[in-house]
Amino acid sequence: MEYGIFTVGDVTTDPTTGRTPSEYERIKNTVALALKAEEIGLDVFATGEHHNAPFAAPANPPVLLAHIAAKTERIKLSTATTLITTNDPVRIAEDYAYLQHLAEGRMDLMLGRGNTGPVYPWFGRDIRDGISLAIENYALLHRLWREEDVDWEGKHRTPLQGFTSTPRPLDGTPPFVWHGSIRSPEIAEQAAYYGDGFFSNHIFWPAEHTARMIALYRTRFEHYGHGTAADAVVGLGGQVYLARNSQDAVKEFRPYFDQAPVYGHGPSLEEFTSATPLTVGSVAEAVEKTLGFKEYAGDYNRQLFLVDHAGLPLDTVLKQMDLLGEVVAELRRHGSPEALAVSTGSTTVG
Amino acid sequence: MTSIVIVTAGLSDPSSTRLLADLLAAATARSLPQADVRVVELRPLAHALTDHLLTGFATGDLVDALEAVAQADAVIAVTPVFSASYSGLFKTFFDVLEQGALDGTPVLIAATAGTARHSLVLEHALRPLFSYLHAVVVPTGVFAATEDFAGDTLHGRVERAAGELAALVNARPATARLDQFDRDVVAMGSFEDLLNG
Repeated sequence: MEYGIFTVGDVTTDPTTGRTPSEYERIKNTVALALKAEEIGLDVFATGEHHNAPFAAPANPPVLLAHIAAKTERIKLSTATTLITTNDPVRIAEDYAYLQHLAEGRMDLMLGRGNTGPVYPWFGRDIRDGISLAIENYALLHRLWREEDVDWEGKHRTPLQGFTSTPRPLDGTPPFVWHGSIRSPEIAEQAAYYGDGFFSNHIFWPAEHTARMIALYRTRFEHYGHGTAADAVVGLGGQVYLARNSQDAVKEFRPYFDQAPVYGHGPSLEEFTSATPLTVGSVAEAVEKTLGFKEYAGDYNRQLFLVDHAGLPLDTVLKQMDLLGEVVAELRRHGSPEALAVSTGSTTVG
Repeated sequence: MTSIVIVTAGLSDPSSTRLLADLLAAATARSLPQADVRVVELRPLAHALTDHLLTGFATGDLVDALEAVAQADAVIAVTPVFSASYSGLFKTFFDVLEQGALDGTPVLIAATAGTARHSLVLEHALRPLFSYLHAVVVPTGVFAATEDFAGDTLHGRVERAAGELAALVNARPATARLDQFDRDVVAMGSFEDLLNG
């Protein structure tokens, strides 16, 4: 089980001070966040890819990730997500293979379709082709990392004849790929077909829906002969705001929650935390809620937390990371073989 | 068991919209004595409906209300007339109802207003809305202005509309209703289909 954080690099005004960070600050803060993630012992740092305000997330995540790779030693670098729809799969193949070399293999990537329709025409695409682009572009990407002299003809890009993408994947091993989707069964099917990972960023959604997407992916993973449904590689999003006690967490986070771009001005913080994976509370509460994800996702492989959005200033986020480190340490303890033996009531013979 | 769900968007208590809904419910129950008739009042769901617009998912009693409508064998939809159309609350409910939830569902449309001059609201607002949602709209809609509740013609129109709704329900084979997720999975086909675009 891997634990980490993911960020979308939103430049949002801090509602408590009215201060808006510059893009320069936000980008440097993102690097600081990644270094902190390594310092507290997280397994994964993942960045989004966006091309529209208010996001200063890198338009090309490998640039950020290569920089972080040079400043870190252990942490795995990933994306959440790389746009498989509007990027040329040839560029994805080459950029991420290059990153794989620079990062000594400490990377993987998650493919997604993007957050808004207007992005598509900026790259000569049409959102109505979103699923079709995701399917076709990945079919090509998958081959480019596994074959040389690729002949290709599809609907969405110019044909290729005898093309070999460079550099080749490090040690001939293609980067591991996750497919992220909240509500499109086609993407769960795609992940299952290739035996890749499936990531559900369920942080803004009720559990029931997420459960069905993951169940579909697991069933189809087994159907395509990659292993049993339990072997399927599942990742989940999560979102926390932590304090030593619940009341302080709620008091501190409420102004950010009420103004947050995604859910602000809608349900109350209390309603939203009860309906979605968001935890606003103590370390123990975050641990309990996160352990509950297994009830509908089964045993899963990667847990990414969102900690740095809605205008939270860097010093607050870094303090959040220290508390998140405690959450993850506790989650790891629960996931250890000794803890599992205790929780299932079995005894260790030895 | 045949399930009839009445969606009523009246705001006051007592509400003439609810009164019309109850007349339609009683008439439908007489025409379909085996049916289970359930009333969904939208006013208590108003906050959850706004939240749904902002977050994209239902919470609390709204989950159950949307599910009941999606699974209903027939729907009776009753709204007050606001600014020459259905009320915003009424429209919001059908805006957040999942796509395809009313495909082929018989729907009886009804509206109330302070004046008979709004009577065509059924034809220029409600009928196109439910046609768009692929419902089968009962030919007779029921409009009631304040004065109609004191008159002697409303009862006849209510009985006639309920009779038409019952005929549509009886003519329709009972089939299991798939929800949006299952419909999406069925529509997806095989991965080879997806690859071949």
